[in-house]
This record gives sequence, C-alpha cells and structure tokens, in this order.
Amino acid sequence: MTNLSDAKILRRDRQTSILAYGWHWARIHLFSSWMNAALTLSAIALLWLTIPALIDWLIISASWTGESREACLNENQGACWPFIFEKWEQFIYGRYPQEEIWRVNLVFLLAFGGALPMLIPAVPWKGWNALFLVVIFPILCLYLLSGGVMGLPYVESSRWGGLLVTLLIAGVGNAAALPLGILLALGRRSEMRILRTLCVLFIEFWRGIPLITVLFMASVMLPLFFAEGASFDKLLRCLIGVALFSSAYMAEVVRGGLQAIPQGQHDAARALGMGYWRMTILIILPQALKIVIPGIVNSFIALFKDTTLVLIVGLFDLLGIIQLHLADPNWSTPQTHYTGYAFAALLFWLFCFGMSRYSQYMERRLGTEPSHNG
Amino acid sequence: MERRRIPLRAAGALISRRAALPRSLAEWRAELAPRAAFLAQSLVLLLVLLFFWRILSNAIGNLEQQNIASGFGFLNSTAGFAVNQALIPYSEESSYGRLLIVGLLNTLLVSALGIALASVLGFVIGIARLSSNWIVARLAAAYVEIVRNIPLLLQIFFWYFAFLGALPSPRSAAGWMESVYAHNRGIVLPKPVWEEGSALTLQLLLLALILCPLLLRFARWRRETTGSRPAWIQSALIALLLAPLAAFLLTGAPISLDYPELKGFNFEGGITISREFLALLLALSLYTAAYIAEIVRAGLLAVQRGQVEAARAIGLKTPQTLRLVVIPQAMQVIIPPLTNQYLNLTKNSSLAAAIAYPDLVSVFAGTALNQTGQAIEILFITMCVYLSLSVLTSIAMNQYNARLSRRKKSAP
Repeated sequence: MTNLSDAKILRRDRQTSILAYGWHWARIHLFSSWMNAALTLSAIALLWLTIPALIDWLIISASWTGESREACLNENQGACWPFIFEKWEQFIYGRYPQEEIWRVNLVFLLAFGGALPMLIPAVPWKGWNALFLVVIFPILCLYLLSGGVMGLPYVESSRWGGLLVTLLIAGVGNAAALPLGILLALGRRSEMRILRTLCVLFIEFWRGIPLITVLFMASVMLPLFFAEGASFDKLLRCLIGVALFSSAYMAEVVRGGLQAIPQGQHDAARALGMGYWRMTILIILPQALKIVIPGIVNSFIALFKDTTLVLIVGLFDLLGIIQLHLADPNWSTPQTHYTGYAFAALLFWLFCFGMSRYSQYMERRLGTEPSHNG
Repeated sequence: MERRRIPLRAAGALISRRAALPRSLAEWRAELAPRAAFLAQSLVLLLVLLFFWRILSNAIGNLEQQNIASGFGFLNSTAGFAVNQALIPYSEESSYGRLLIVGLLNTLLVSALGIALASVLGFVIGIARLSSNWIVARLAAAYVEIVRNIPLLLQIFFWYFAFLGALPSPRSAAGWMESVYAHNRGIVLPKPVWEEGSALTLQLLLLALILCPLLLRFARWRRETTGSRPAWIQSALIALLLAPLAAFLLTGAPISLDYPELKGFNFEGGITISREFLALLLALSLYTAAYIAEIVRAGLLAVQRGQVEAARAIGLKTPQTLRLVVIPQAMQVIIPPLTNQYLNLTKNSSLAAAIAYPDLVSVFAGTALNQTGQAIEILFITMCVYLSLSVLTSIAMNQYNARLSRRKKSAP
C-alpha cells in the first residue's frame, strides 16, 4: 500500500511540476503583459479560424475519387483532388509521348542519384561525382530526353512540359550560370581595365532589367539576330536568356566570396611564384566558393521560382501546364482553381524550402569549421 | 589553418617544377606579361564589337526581308487600342509614345503602392519575428517561410484567378453601405466630384500637407537648439489643418460623391479599381513583405545587445528603446538591402503581363510589340526604362552610403 501511494505522490508531483513548468513558460512566453496576452489570444483565434478550415478543405471535405467535374460539385466542397490525379502525367511530363515516359523517369533518377551523394558531405568520391554531373549527365540527359539517335525516337522539345521543363530550366540555367558567373566575378575584380568595364556593364545590364524582358528578348528579338534560317528551338533560346540573366546574379554572389578572401592569400600565392590562373584556381576559388555555397543555393532557389515566368512566352512549365488545364471545361468547378494552385504551391514550396534548409545546414557546417576563423 | 596549408603546399609542388625552367624564359615572360594583358583585352573588346556588329547586321537584313520598319518613328503613330487603366488622358487615337507613358505610370503606381504596403507589413512581421511572445514569433516565421518559397507568379495567379475571380458578378455583388461593391471585375468606390469653387479647398489642403511637416521639423530644431518650443506653432498647425475644412464649408460644400450604380451588367459611375491591379498589388506587397521582414530582422539583430541594455539602464521602456535606440541604428543596416527589395518589387511588377494589368511590359513590350513588330526598338526602350530606374536607385544608394560613412567619421 505504502509503495503504491508513494508512486501516486511521485506521479502527482511530476504532474504538478510539468503543469507548473508549463504555467511558468506560458507566463514568460505568452502572457508577459496585457499587450502580449491580447496578441496571444488573437493569434490563437487566427489559428483557430484558419487551421481547421484548411484541414477540412484539404482533406475532410475534399473529393478523392472521380472521373469528371461531377465528383467535385458537392455542397461545401473541399479540394478537387481527382483533377490532379487525372492530369498528373501532364503536370509532370507535359505532352511527352506516353510510351517514352520511362526516359524522363530515368533522367529524374539519374539526376537524383547524381545530386544526392554530391549534397551529402560524408559521401566520398566528390571529384568523380562532380565529373559525372558536369560531363556525363548532361550528355545522357540530352540523349534521353531528345532522342533521335541510337534507337530512341525523337521527341521535339515543344512536347516537353510540366515539372520536367521547370527542373530542366532551373538545372541547366544554374549549371551554365555558375561557371559564367565565376568568370564574370573574376573579370570584375581584374586589374585589366577594359575587361573589368565590360564585365561590370554585362552584370549591371542583366541585373537591371526584369526577367520577363529577357524572355521577350529570347523569344522575339533573338531570332532576328541570327542569319536567315539559323533560328533554333524556343526552349533553348529561353535557356540561354535565363542562363545569362542568372549568371549576372551568380557573379555578384561569387564576388562576395572573392572579397572575403584576405589579401594575405594572394600575397602568399604570389610569393610562391604562382601565376594568376594557378593562384585563382588552386588558392582563391576553393576558399571563396566554399564561403558562398549558401548564396549559390539561394540564387538557385530564386531561379527555380523564376522559371514560372516562361509561361508568359508560351512554354509550359509546371505552373504553365496547370494554368492550361484549369481551363478544361470537363473539370470546371468552383474549387478547381484553388486545387490546382494548392498543388503547384505545395510542389514549389517543398523544393524551395528543402533547398533553403539545405543551405542553412551548409552555412552552419561551414561556419563551425575552424579553417574559416583564421 | 591546417586546411589552408594543403592547397598552398600542393601548389608549391607544381611551382617547383616551373622553377626548373631556364631563367631567361621566366624573365621573358615577366617582361611580356603587361603587353600580353593588353593584347588579350584588345582581343576581347574586338570580339565583343564583332559580335554586336554581326548581330546588328543580321538583324538589319532580317528586318528588311520581313518588311518591318525600323527607327523610332512609330512612337508618333496611332496605337489604336484601348487601355482599361490610364492615369493620363488616353484613347484609341493616342500615339504609341503616349501609350509608353501610360504603361510607365501604371508600373510606377503599382510599385509605389506596393512598396508602401510591403514596407509596413514587412516591418511589422520583422519585429514580430523577434517578439518575446512565442506564438507571435512563430506565426511571423511561418508567414515568411511559406510566402518566400512560393513563386510570385503563382501567388499573382492565386489572387487573380482563384481568390478575386471567385467574387460574384456585378449584378449579384453585395454592397457595403450602398457605396462600395466588390465584384469579379474589381472594387467600385464612390468618386469625388470637384465642382466649381472646390479649387480653394484643394489648394489649402495641399498647403497644409506641405507646411505641416516643415513646421514640425522647425519645432524640433528649436527644441533641440534652445530647449523650448514656441507656443505659436501649435496654433499654426491647428489653423493649417482647419483652413481647408473652413474653406470647404464656406464655399458651400462644392465636393460631392458620385455613387456607383448598377446599370445592366456592370456598374456605372464611381471609381473602379480593377481586379488586375488588386491582384498584382496584393501579391507584390505580400511577397516582398516576407523579404523585407527578413531584412528588418537581420538589421535589428545587428544592433549590439549592450545598446538595449544601456537604454534599459537609463530607464527607457520597450517602445522607447525600439524607437529611439534600436531602430535608428538598425536602419543603417536595413536601408541598402531594403532599396534592393524596392527595386526588385518594381522589376517584379512586370509580371503584370501574365494577368494583363496594363503596365509598361504588358502594353508596350506586349501589345505594342505585337502590333508593330519592332521588337528591337521596343525592348530597347523598355530595358532603358528599367535600367535607368535601377541606376537612379544605386546612385541614391551610393550617396546615402557616402553620407553615412562621413557621419561615422565625424562622430568621435
């Protein structure tokens, strides 16, 4: 008996202490003043009004099965998910031929398999990994997506769409922008006056104009600049525009890193008798790029979000293709727009939030390394 | 430190191989280096010029072949299409030049309002993120993380097609006090009508708007230099503010309101704020506010903790500490990236093209370009407008920075 009551007391003790702790915590963090109490209560009211309604719309009142708009015309209808399920393939692959979709999936798989070990610091063989991503993967990617040689049927780029195009533009844009940006940043800090002026003009030009005008330029103005008959694919034209645009931003990010390298590093390299390129490639860039990894990821995120703009010049990225299918009369319900945008927002958010978390992780990792404090 | 040595040593190994080269070659290289640099630069410049010459000659050839006129003469010819929002008189007979100004003014309007809204919201959220109130700080953080990670264009579409598109048609729109109606084409408000004699009221109002801030500044200067505030200032302020009202009443209330009325399928009278404008303004200001909030937070965190503690120690309360000690110091950190965001907002307002809000890009680089086909000239003008906006901003920014560093130097 005594043992039991002891346990009871103990338990009650712990309960009271948790309660007391909770009360203490709430006093400090939620109700420290009348003003704070009012703020807390209105915040709770806001959450009370939005969160249950959101869950209800997303899950409870939502339709999950159905073939057409009939499934989504209930009273108090929530999200219309059958719309997404039915259009899923278009949203991811665009109008890519159904029997060739495995090629796109293979590209996704290769990209994932190539990028993941690159992003995890603990995985070795970074050099080979980078070689695969920079040299082998783009060739494989082009071969698989476009085809036309060695047994794969040709798929023209106007049939590519959806998430594929979004990832393609963001990926190619950044892959091209990084080396170009590094060269521009080096040029901007160069001692050669003409070169420096050219780089400054280039960078400030692209940073000063909105991306839409760049895309207009790529779609309407660029064909005029080529000799008669030498015009090429619209997707490729937009890719060039996006790459040049984001290289200017990348150059500014890299310049930030270059400026952070102390002059002593340059002096030491010179004292060893190194020339400019040897010093830059072996001493300066490895350190500068390491500092700006978060900045590079941020500019990747910015470009990833900006890919949506290509829909204005008639390419169908993820948002473009969703927007296109929202006009489908077979699925026109009051909730279709909300559902389509919620789906797009969720996908974009997952990608961007994931990347920004990764950049914060890298920032912490690099920040704690002793090599940076010297 | 350990890590830094590795590249140096590896590089050193490479260099020692170089040292084995005949000495004369090294000297020869050193002598030639400046000349080589000059040659390389000239070569790059030549290539750039060649590139531009090449594309220009191609463009001229192509334009001749496609029978497209060139030059800026089209700016004087008739545009021939209507624009649903123009801040200056504009009709279908107006010229492309006038269209350019209409578009530019619409861009500036939505940017200016967007900047004002985004700043207010951004400051509130940025301060809320640092609040000691746990739930408020978390809500602000959630707002920033959600809004920043969703593309702006998607947000514009959401407000335009989903949210504002779901409003009822004008015929079934519910009114507020029978004067404000929200429907799926926009919001209709009563419009002030300036009748005869209203000019005096307006002039006095303008005078008050100009003189009041000046007077307040003078009062502060007097207080700071002499320690006392002249008594007449308060009465002057009241007089300035009451004068327009008195004029309004004395001239027989010449300003009336034109209420919107439903006629057929749409409203007549009143002012309509278009759905495109509202969607763009909402999306731009909510999106940019998230970035401004982060800038404000970083600025506030950059103020040393000792400053807050010192302010507390001399007995300032929290709002006073914020207003007198923290914010003035944080502003120095906040303003440069803040102007950058303002510029971004202005550039982002070009997304108007996607929902056909008649901004510069939409009417000029869109419709006018399609009609005339003069892509080069039109895109050139459009880019020049945006470039000059950003150059002006960076000049202002540089001057601000220079003033700041001068002030820092003069302070002991």
